[in-house]
Amino acid sequence: MPGPIQSIERAAAILRLLARGSGRLGVGEIAESLELAKGTAHGILRTLQGVGFVEQDRDTGKYQLGAALLHLGTSYLDVNELRSRAINWADALAARSGEAVRIGAPLEGRVLVVHHVFRPDDSLQTMDVGTLLPLHATALGKVLLAYDTTLKANPEPYTRRTLVTQTAIKRACAKVREAGWAAENGEMISGEAGIAAPIRGHGGIVVGAIGVSGAAERICEPDGAPSPRLLSQVRDAARAVSRDLGASRW
Amino acid sequence: MVQRYVMSIDQGTTSTRCILFDARGRLVSVVQREHQQHFPRPGWVEHDATEIWRNLSRIVPQALADAGATAEQVVGLGIANQRETTVLWDRRTGNPVGRAIVWQDTRTDAMLEQLAREPGADRVRKLCGLPLATYFSAPRIRWLLERTPGLRERAERGDVLFGTIESWLIWNLTGGAEGGVHVTDVTNASRTMLMNLRTLNWDDELLEFFDVPRAMLPEIRSSTEVYGTTSRVVPGIRIAAALGDQQAALFGQTCFAPGEAKCTYGTGSFLLLNTGPTPVLSTHGMLTTVGFKIGDEPAVYALEGSIAVTGSLVQWFRDGLELIGSAPEIETLARTVEDNGGCYIVPAFSGLFAPHWHSEARGVIAGLTSYITKGHLARAVLEATGWQTREVVDAMNADSGLALSTLKVDGGMTADNLLMQFVADVLDVPVVRPMVAETVSLGAAYAAGLSVGYWPDLEGLRRNWHRAGQWLPAMDPARRDSEYAHWRQAVELTFGWMRPAPAAAAPGSDLVEVLLADHRRFEQLLRDLRNAEADRPALVAELAALLVAHATATERIVRPEAPAEPFADDLLAVLEGDDFEKALLRLENVVDAHVRGEERGLLNELRRSMSTSDRTGLGRAFVAERRRQLDLDCGAVHHVRELGDRLKL
Repeated sequence: MPGPIQSIERAAAILRLLARGSGRLGVGEIAESLELAKGTAHGILRTLQGVGFVEQDRDTGKYQLGAALLHLGTSYLDVNELRSRAINWADALAARSGEAVRIGAPLEGRVLVVHHVFRPDDSLQTMDVGTLLPLHATALGKVLLAYDTTLKANPEPYTRRTLVTQTAIKRACAKVREAGWAAENGEMISGEAGIAAPIRGHGGIVVGAIGVSGAAERICEPDGAPSPRLLSQVRDAARAVSRDLGASRW
Repeated sequence: MVQRYVMSIDQGTTSTRCILFDARGRLVSVVQREHQQHFPRPGWVEHDATEIWRNLSRIVPQALADAGATAEQVVGLGIANQRETTVLWDRRTGNPVGRAIVWQDTRTDAMLEQLAREPGADRVRKLCGLPLATYFSAPRIRWLLERTPGLRERAERGDVLFGTIESWLIWNLTGGAEGGVHVTDVTNASRTMLMNLRTLNWDDELLEFFDVPRAMLPEIRSSTEVYGTTSRVVPGIRIAAALGDQQAALFGQTCFAPGEAKCTYGTGSFLLLNTGPTPVLSTHGMLTTVGFKIGDEPAVYALEGSIAVTGSLVQWFRDGLELIGSAPEIETLARTVEDNGGCYIVPAFSGLFAPHWHSEARGVIAGLTSYITKGHLARAVLEATGWQTREVVDAMNADSGLALSTLKVDGGMTADNLLMQFVADVLDVPVVRPMVAETVSLGAAYAAGLSVGYWPDLEGLRRNWHRAGQWLPAMDPARRDSEYAHWRQAVELTFGWMRPAPAAAAPGSDLVEVLLADHRRFEQLLRDLRNAEADRPALVAELAALLVAHATATERIVRPEAPAEPFADDLLAVLEGDDFEKALLRLENVVDAHVRGEERGLLNELRRSMSTSDRTGLGRAFVAERRRQLDLDCGAVHHVRELGDRLKL
């Protein structure tokens, strides 16, 4: 077991210092109080600023605790906020792919459909928003399962292809994390398929999933693998939404 | 094969955008640049027209570069623009005369009050379809000509030109001082107050009324036709269409047929209804405007209703009350409760606009009980947008005789599912959101593409338009009616909050005048009814409704203590009796007695005992109650019978 990481200890000390007193300190004052080299203190402060835990006053150059830290306890993303931020990207994905687009977020052990864009062929379709889908039998759900260990699937069978053992689901989740996307093929409804990728918020936390779904012969290749064209469009859209939500590295 | 594109420029109030669209109407590249807002005095809003032109010169090449395209690949350019904003410039130097005066600017307020009293003021609306208001261009031109020394002479010589923003941009793109084309499109011209709605030409009477020299005006052209070819910025692109931004959204939403309508939900909201080839003059304060004119085809007209406070009510809930952290969270909060809990918010922040037009009204939160939580308030905030849409749609249906069958929506608030479902519920028609959210830019592109034959016809454009989402009405009709009645009750509470100074009271709102006008209408209707060849059923229906509404409003507003005259039996006999002529004669006598009695007694008493402002307040309340009764179909036989029974008790 490795020992404590020094820079994290120092970062914690800086946050404690800023939480005290007036709460506004220059980099020199912080370095002096903690007996750090100014360059070291500056490097840690820049990192903390990057994740939103401290903010720098534009005029005085002094540092204070950041808004992200204050909202740490309620850091989930409101689903209506998620829809509103993703709506243009979801429209673009539907227009480019020619398929229906859905965005999902976890709710009570299932996938809540937060947003739904119709397949752009003007056929009769009904709004799925508010519908709950199973985690283990949908591409959207598998993405959410893969990145949130607190979620637990209830492996009910829907078709002969549904994953019904915890081992199979675990293995599928590991593959999702490795590949960065998930697919379903006839696992909830026979002949229906889907592809989904994670939407990440601040700091890279997965807050939802976006994907296309429809008839298996359109979504998948003849061998059953997801269409590479659709896959790259879904991943592009997921990255674009994530960037908008402040997930810089993805 | 070389890919071809349509270029669209959306010159809006805060920014200018250039977008390239492909043959299927999909967005290929977008470049945007904001410009500065100038607020030199309270109520003044200005833009620097040179800055806007400079921004355009930067974003057009950038949009081409982003798409990897050249000017030869652009089949045409369409412009959509902020409407009514006024630019004056020197024909020789190309320099603007001062800054552009923006549509939100209210500096012409006092001048308009004066103009409203001049002879010919009552003709303005009939000629141009617009009321005297600060939004439109003509009063601004006059203001500039009056206050800038020597400007009028230069304008009369044609040395100084006027244009709305699209004119300014087209003139510059086609060469500016070296041979620039000075044109405007018919939709933009219809917002100046200088164009005759029927002839679609500058109107001599209006030019004289506003004292604007014809020499400074651009030539009025169709919305889709090639005005010229660019010789600056990126030479060689055909300028093929121009539309005001709300009209562009109507076009982008493919509302090509009469009865089709779109609503753009933003800070405020704009609802436009296609009314077909003849202009409909509104009796409910809607604006009559040109929707679009395709090439040599006849113009298509539209009714326009604007709602001042929609998205801004959510912003107030966020920033003023701080009950939510971001605007979309209002839906989350609203979903914590089942319904509004009996609470209604009427956001008459600076008066009520269409269709009420009560500038003295101020907002209310009605129906508060200890049961109400912030969740109910959030519902009431969203529902306010739904009901305001319903009021505008009702008024438009009444004006146009068309019944709205579907509402196409765009704008930021369409991301709110609860709101969109509520709009569908209260309108009782499907609400549809299109795949391309940029309907203004898309409309300009559609018009340009149509103009140059890139798209063959309107049907081709319709095929490009796709539903991204749809909300179907699901509210129980009885609940819809009772909720609407509550909303209207809340609206009435806002009337008359700001007491006008006696002198400022609008003509026609004094209770005495209101009652007299009703009496004259009774007499007219009775006179018309004597003619056996007249459309008697229609006349009887109007008379019955008006009599019951008048009597009920009198009973409730003017003298709750005195019972109304018992005319119900005689009216009933006219409505369904055997001997029409005899029944009519009896009704004439009863009404006549009422009129004489009231004009000798009550009206003189009101004149003597009440101040003008009190009479105005009561007059407004009377009119509101009367309208409520009329909306409830108070002249129907069963209502008249009920009234008769009540009066006999």
